[in-house]
Amino acid sequence: MNVHQSAVPILVVLPPLVAAFLLPVVGWRFRSAVYPLTLAALAFSCAAAFAAAREVTLRGPLHYYLGGWEPPWGIEFRIDALGALMLLMLTVITLLVGIYSKRSVLQEIPAKEVPFYSVYLLLAAGLIGLVSTADMFNAYVFLEITSLTSYALVSIGSGAAVVSAFRYVILGTVGAAFYLLAVGYLYAASGTLNMADLAERLPPLYESPAVLVGFAFLVIGMSIKMALFPMHTWLPGAYSHAPSAVSALIAATTTKAAAYLLIRVMFFVFEPRFAIEIIPVTTVLGWMGALAMVLGSVMAIAQSDLKRMLAYSSVAQIGYIVLGIGLANPAGYTGALLHLVNHAFMKGGLFLVAGAILYRTGRRKIHEFRGLSGQMPVTTFVFTVCAFAMIGIPPTGGFFSKFYLMLGAIEAGNWVFVGVIVLSSLLALAYLANVLRYLYFPTDGNGAGSGAPDAAIPRRQYAPWTMLGPMVAITAGIVLLGLFNGEVVERFIEPALPAGLLGSGVAR
Amino acid sequence: MTLPPEQPPDVIIKVVCRSLVPFIQLFGLYVVMHGHSSPGGGFQGGVILAASFVLLVLAEDRATLRHHIPPAALNASTSAGVLLFAGLGVVCLALGANYLDYGPLPFAEPRSIGMLVIEIGVGITVMAAMLSIFRDLLEF
Repeated sequence: MNVHQSAVPILVVLPPLVAAFLLPVVGWRFRSAVYPLTLAALAFSCAAAFAAAREVTLRGPLHYYLGGWEPPWGIEFRIDALGALMLLMLTVITLLVGIYSKRSVLQEIPAKEVPFYSVYLLLAAGLIGLVSTADMFNAYVFLEITSLTSYALVSIGSGAAVVSAFRYVILGTVGAAFYLLAVGYLYAASGTLNMADLAERLPPLYESPAVLVGFAFLVIGMSIKMALFPMHTWLPGAYSHAPSAVSALIAATTTKAAAYLLIRVMFFVFEPRFAIEIIPVTTVLGWMGALAMVLGSVMAIAQSDLKRMLAYSSVAQIGYIVLGIGLANPAGYTGALLHLVNHAFMKGGLFLVAGAILYRTGRRKIHEFRGLSGQMPVTTFVFTVCAFAMIGIPPTGGFFSKFYLMLGAIEAGNWVFVGVIVLSSLLALAYLANVLRYLYFPTDGNGAGSGAPDAAIPRRQYAPWTMLGPMVAITAGIVLLGLFNGEVVERFIEPALPAGLLGSGVAR
Repeated sequence: MTLPPEQPPDVIIKVVCRSLVPFIQLFGLYVVMHGHSSPGGGFQGGVILAASFVLLVLAEDRATLRHHIPPAALNASTSAGVLLFAGLGVVCLALGANYLDYGPLPFAEPRSIGMLVIEIGVGITVMAAMLSIFRDLLEF
């Protein structure tokens, strides 16, 4: 077998992993070294991810055997085009949020930098490892690393954060337990844990009850982890009570990592025909995604707290990704992956804005934002671009992912899904335009000035540059993802299109 | 929440426990050193080492623990053990092998020594983590 071995995959995972344990040792004496060290590790990892992406597009999937043990016995890291896309997204987001976090951490959780950044790096290592590994059980370990660190980071927040974190722990553990059971069943049936090896051994076993049950458990576990609609109850509390930087990071990454794992197992470990024909999971997922898109958006409209509104909007956006998976045709699959990346950027950007407003003015409620565009012009601009992307206005990435999803729904002949995509976008317009109205118009429609809230803050209140820089970078990323979406699809999605999806339509 | 004031422990308990501690710790080290070649291991040894300190605290008082192991050192050594594990992997990487492939380490029996080093790392982390949990339980 001709595999391309390369040391790059390990170089993406190692910097945050080693730095996470280096920080408490260094931070014991040199507290000021913690932040630069964190950024150095994340930047190194990001650079390695770019190197990996370059190598993957030039020479195909990269393999790395941990400890020199060959698969299927040893643990293998494998980065293909899909993994490279995820790595780029994760490392860029963790680096940008890492830069951003400096001031908000100092304000919100003073004197806890050392544990915060240590756990932050561990979360980054877990996410990166999850998309790099080619071993089902190793994926469980990385999934648990990301989950445990997210629980810890959420619980650092103030007020009801501990309660939210506890709810997150319970549901997250249930989700992880389902995944572990699934891995156990598949292992019992096939005798292997390596994904490529499983993919070879499973087809004759497709009718076996252990495999059927294992697959069902896996879908349920991942649905809980990515907060698919009826199982989303942990998400709003966790996102809205966590410290600002943590909200942005976990909203952008953790649910995406679970969605990635579902895609990886459904379409690459199993053949797509298993989920389409043998257990009709894709049909169920499609409808649940559609439900999440509508109800998540409706619940978002009802919120008065910005972070909580964004959290419910995440429930709806996960719906888009799941709908794309459920369509199970090339266009829908492309749309799901594009939306996964786009949503990481736009929801990350929106939470960063919420954090910057909280940092400068201490306000969380949407009706308190009246006239903020005059005081925080750059922040407001970032919010506007991210909101446009969420609604799906053309130059931004959000438009193109919805376009592909729409194409997939039309190809599948499912006109209800087409209607749901349009409806959910309109509902997104409703809740985001409401915020924009408060941000840009100092007076309400009747001409009565709001008075009091404006006077409380001085005229110009730029957020600190460590916050503005990442926010502007994410905005640029959203526009670039829109302008170069063809490149992204061509380089990262089409080469790793799973064989055997429905329909023969061209993804472009 | 505050605990009731601590009673001064009985002198018999104090002396017996204090004289037991070195033997427990010696056995803990023995278990750690046997992790890679015979029954034993870093986790089990770490727990035994932590148990020796727990016994000391039960027989004496909380100040004893703080005297022997300052809280900051406890936090640092929790990650120092893992750092030893991960760092050895990086050394292997620097020596030209795959991560955690102990083959090229400059020892007579590189794989055996490599595994011993990671067992020691595990032992340190488990001991420190156990004591951290115990300390946090005492303080609340």
